[in-house]
Amino acid sequence: MINTHEILETITMIQDENLDIRTVTMGISLLDCMDSDIDEACNKVYEKIVTNARNLVPVCEEIERELGIPIINKRISVTPIAIVASACKEQSPVKFALTLEKAAREVGVNFIGGYSALVQKGFAGADMALIKSIPEALAVTDHVCASVNIGSTKAGINMDAVKIMGRVVKECAELTRDRQCIGAAKLVVFCNAPEDNPFMAGAFHGVGEPDVVINVGVSGPGVVRAALAKSEGLDLTGVAELIKRTAFKITRMGQLVAQEASKRLGYPFGIVDLSLAPTPAVGDSVAYILEEIGLECCGSCGTTAALAMLNDAVKKGGVMASSRVGGLSGAFIPVTEDAGMIHAATIGALSIEKLEAMTAVCSVGLDMINIPGDTSAEVISALIADEAAIGMVNSKTTAVRVIPAIGKKVGEELNFGGLLGNGPVMKISTYSPAKFINRGGQIPAPMQSLKN
Amino acid sequence: MRAVITVVGKDTVGILAKVSAKCAESNVNINEVTQSVLEDMFCMIMLADISAMNKPFGDFSDEMQKLGDDMGMSVHVMHETIFNSMHRI
Repeated sequence: MINTHEILETITMIQDENLDIRTVTMGISLLDCMDSDIDEACNKVYEKIVTNARNLVPVCEEIERELGIPIINKRISVTPIAIVASACKEQSPVKFALTLEKAAREVGVNFIGGYSALVQKGFAGADMALIKSIPEALAVTDHVCASVNIGSTKAGINMDAVKIMGRVVKECAELTRDRQCIGAAKLVVFCNAPEDNPFMAGAFHGVGEPDVVINVGVSGPGVVRAALAKSEGLDLTGVAELIKRTAFKITRMGQLVAQEASKRLGYPFGIVDLSLAPTPAVGDSVAYILEEIGLECCGSCGTTAALAMLNDAVKKGGVMASSRVGGLSGAFIPVTEDAGMIHAATIGALSIEKLEAMTAVCSVGLDMINIPGDTSAEVISALIADEAAIGMVNSKTTAVRVIPAIGKKVGEELNFGGLLGNGPVMKISTYSPAKFINRGGQIPAPMQSLKN
Repeated sequence: MRAVITVVGKDTVGILAKVSAKCAESNVNINEVTQSVLEDMFCMIMLADISAMNKPFGDFSDEMQKLGDDMGMSVHVMHETIFNSMHRI
């Protein structure tokens, strides 16, 4: 028998503390759509996506209405297009991006991810052509997201790819300079990319995945913060326990929605991503949790330790709540998508260097950070290399999604609107790493023993 | 199958009557009611059996919400499963 307290707790979480399901993402394999004729391949891709995902949005809306919990985004991830395009004779894979866009519009999803290449150990097939086409593909589409995996713990870091990606990130921003440089916000450069991630912009459907699968990402920083605010006087052991219990409840919601969506759509349930994903809405912020734990402002000394504890507690609570866990799983720290991070960056309390340290202990990486438009491609490449090194050495996913604000300087702002938010242009070191980046080659895979 | 109906807002005449009338009209059987009035704030939680409901859940939920809007109150209908899954292992 459920009691009044539990009913009111759940309703308060949803209505006042921004608890929601961030995304239901349908992963679709496009391996059976390959064809030497690109137009034929695109037709197959369109048909496969539209046939499988036609009911995704209506079913999610039905679940939203029945359970009374908002599902903010409905998304699709597909097999990395570089693999699908490798059979095509035509050089540029941009037609695939246009096809993904058309399919996304037809089925009404918010994003479609998978304009991707996996090049951690080298380039094959259409990898290079796809990477070079990313700026154009992201400029001519609205819903398509791209990602490139340039390193892994097993392979090391492909520094030739890192060098290219610095230029690609910059071109993405330049080609969309009249739209707040949005192109760069739809591109993620990964190390150790997960194959079942439901979150954009880095979602793609790995080749080891089933044909079609349902993955769910939960949210809920507001709930964790509110729970902490209501419990004065706890020591950090108590704080960690409270976060675990709250994460359990949040994740149960994700598990329920994932099971329902899987049953109603008739596709297997993949994973629940145990994430604390913020939104720019006031109160729905990971930075505010850190401040509730006891920091004056996110970015102060102590931020990394507090975040490490938060991230670990979220996983411990979430693992118990779901039968299948995967994706990125952990706290996200995207600067422009988090009201507290935006504030901390604006007043100068949070720097890119501190964010880099934070990425060593949390879910993803340098995410949604605006950097000056005149930042050189080599500096961006070196930033990617630094972040990838953290992921490679620590056997975790790290990523870089920075937006060069073309024509803007430190302190000015970019405003993307919606979930992507807005934020100040942050200062980045301008000392040149050009010689290091231009060497190219591969940073070898790290030792997995003698861990110090 | 049961639904949890919550009604919160400023106390006025006929809240319970209107909500239960809508339930009856939809063939929803009310099992339990917890109600309190703090100063002039009205708060009610109903547990209702929806197995024989004569319309889709979503429609019932929308109608209840509209009823709440008309009365200037906040009325929400949620399926019982969400509470069970969140609070029971």
